[in-house]
Amino acid sequence: MFDREQWAEIFESIGKNKMRAVLTGFAVFWGIFMLIILLGAGAGLRNGFSYNFRNTATNSIRLRGNETSKHWQGLPPNRVISLEEADIEALRHAIPGIQHISGQYRVWRGNSRLRYGKNTGSYNIRGIQPEHRHLQHQRIIAGRFINEVDEVQDRKVIVIAEDCRQELFKGEDPLHKWVSVNGIPFEVVGLYEFEAGGMERGSRSPVFIPLSAAQKVFNAKGLVDDITFSFADASIAGAKQAEQRAIHTLARRHNFDPTDERALWVNNNVENVGMLGSIFNGINAFLWFVGIGSLIAGIVGVSNIMLIVVKERTKELGIRKALGATPAKVVGQILMEAIFLTGMAGWAGLVLGVFLMEGIASVVPGSEFFRDPTIRIDVALWALAALIVAGALAGYIPARRAAAIRPIEALRYE
Amino acid sequence: MIVLKDIRKAYRTGANLLQVLKGIDLEIRGGELVSIMGSSGSGKSTLLNIIGILDNYDSGEYLLDGMLIKGQTETESALLRSKYIGYVFQSFNLIGFKNALENVALPLYYQGVPRRKRNELALAMLERVGLKEWAHHLPNEMSGGQKQRVAIARALVADPKVVLADEPTGALDTRTSAEVMALLTEVNRDMGKTVLIVTHERDVAAATQRVIYLRDGVIENAHLDPRGLSTAMDGVRVTNKPAGDVRP
Repeated sequence: MFDREQWAEIFESIGKNKMRAVLTGFAVFWGIFMLIILLGAGAGLRNGFSYNFRNTATNSIRLRGNETSKHWQGLPPNRVISLEEADIEALRHAIPGIQHISGQYRVWRGNSRLRYGKNTGSYNIRGIQPEHRHLQHQRIIAGRFINEVDEVQDRKVIVIAEDCRQELFKGEDPLHKWVSVNGIPFEVVGLYEFEAGGMERGSRSPVFIPLSAAQKVFNAKGLVDDITFSFADASIAGAKQAEQRAIHTLARRHNFDPTDERALWVNNNVENVGMLGSIFNGINAFLWFVGIGSLIAGIVGVSNIMLIVVKERTKELGIRKALGATPAKVVGQILMEAIFLTGMAGWAGLVLGVFLMEGIASVVPGSEFFRDPTIRIDVALWALAALIVAGALAGYIPARRAAAIRPIEALRYE
Repeated sequence: MIVLKDIRKAYRTGANLLQVLKGIDLEIRGGELVSIMGSSGSGKSTLLNIIGILDNYDSGEYLLDGMLIKGQTETESALLRSKYIGYVFQSFNLIGFKNALENVALPLYYQGVPRRKRNELALAMLERVGLKEWAHHLPNEMSGGQKQRVAIARALVADPKVVLADEPTGALDTRTSAEVMALLTEVNRDMGKTVLIVTHERDVAAATQRVIYLRDGVIENAHLDPRGLSTAMDGVRVTNKPAGDVRP
């Protein structure tokens, strides 16, 4: 393999037919280039969607009251199920391995007015419990998030985001200033970083107040819009079990058929993530399939050219055999040339593809659909391994043809 | 050195079986300088190819240096060729993109001789054929006679026991033919190689010690005296065209 003579001959052979080598190599170059682009795009899609889940506990379930669709113990269907504060504690005790739980109440159906001085804005005010931060992470820039003391003492405190700060406070420091929420004063205790997109869809950031204060101040009558909880067993089976436990608990408390799928709106994140995962695995498999397909087209090209090379060099190979070249030497020569050609062209495609994807990653801003389209190093190494195999495959048939040359016939060949 | 017993060889062309060699019995001792003559299609090139282990035969026995040459694998044949036989071809068969030195060194490469050593040996051999100054020239920069001398150097570099030459002067003019023949004679006389030359030129045959005359696949005369041949054919020079082109 590290035979100087053999390498010299490979360079000579390629050097004599530069144009042909370049055109042949281009097919392989393009094949691997496309493979990298496709895989990068796949990674970008996957990263984009995973990014949406970055702040959400993936081992969580969110429940919301809905409308029953089945008769149950003499009760008619189409009853509205409204979740209550008391359900939160019931769930906390009913679900094994529960980690965190928080109810959420949307003040005025999420359409409240905030005012500071002369500045006003329409915001989505959410009464939540302190554990909410474990379920839907908010990165605090200044101050703090709603805490247990706020909850217990029904403190009128509020956590706002950057866009809200700009609208209401302009250049001012918002901490410990009082804003009016639908006419009721709340003290700003924290500022969090809000990124549009993902689970918190919408142009405006939500604003958080303690659930207890929301109940009292805005007369929520103990109702909550939804309840989210996380649990220890993040497997699909574990999530299903937790979901069933929650549904049964609520069914008992609200008198509905636990098999009634319309009574509650359930969002099981473990299932969501699992489903997205299998979708992306499917997309990835498809991209590999297409990429390998275009690579094969390149390999066939190299194989074809090597057949021509062998045909052209029939006489020369015959002379070599007459001078004592063994079939193994001849096969090695052709095989190495094919591997070298595919290897170099493929390597160029690999490098260019990776650079292009890195370039795109650094220029194109990440969105919720597409983000950081770079392939991992192990994928690149797999592609490289595929190339070497490809080169060997490309050289195999021509090399066999070369080995079969009989010197006597080759010497007669003009 | 070379013993052939009832060698037969046929080529299949479509439905026909063309019997080329019809039972050749021949013995060539070590150190002999022998020529094989015969008309076109008499089987002389086929015979040379069989002796050179480039071609196989259908029946009979071929012993090279006491070893039966039959049923060897391609790899074994390659090693035998490399060890025992040096070839000189009518059309030189030098590799065009290699210079004289590299061409001469090639058989040594296949014997696994280290690079430095084989270049040394190849250069010494080129010096011997008087082409040391041409070592780094490509074949297409040389004359026919020079090319054939490079080819002879290549045939000799691995120190074979037998040198086989198939129409070595077929592509050369009279003067260079004489030079090449002088060189082959010297190879036989000074280096002690067994030299076997296939030719249809009487001048060439006349320079050898013994002429084997083939006709229609059988040996008509295995001990023709070249001196007789030379005087008998004096002035009846045929063309220098290759054997295949000669038509009655």
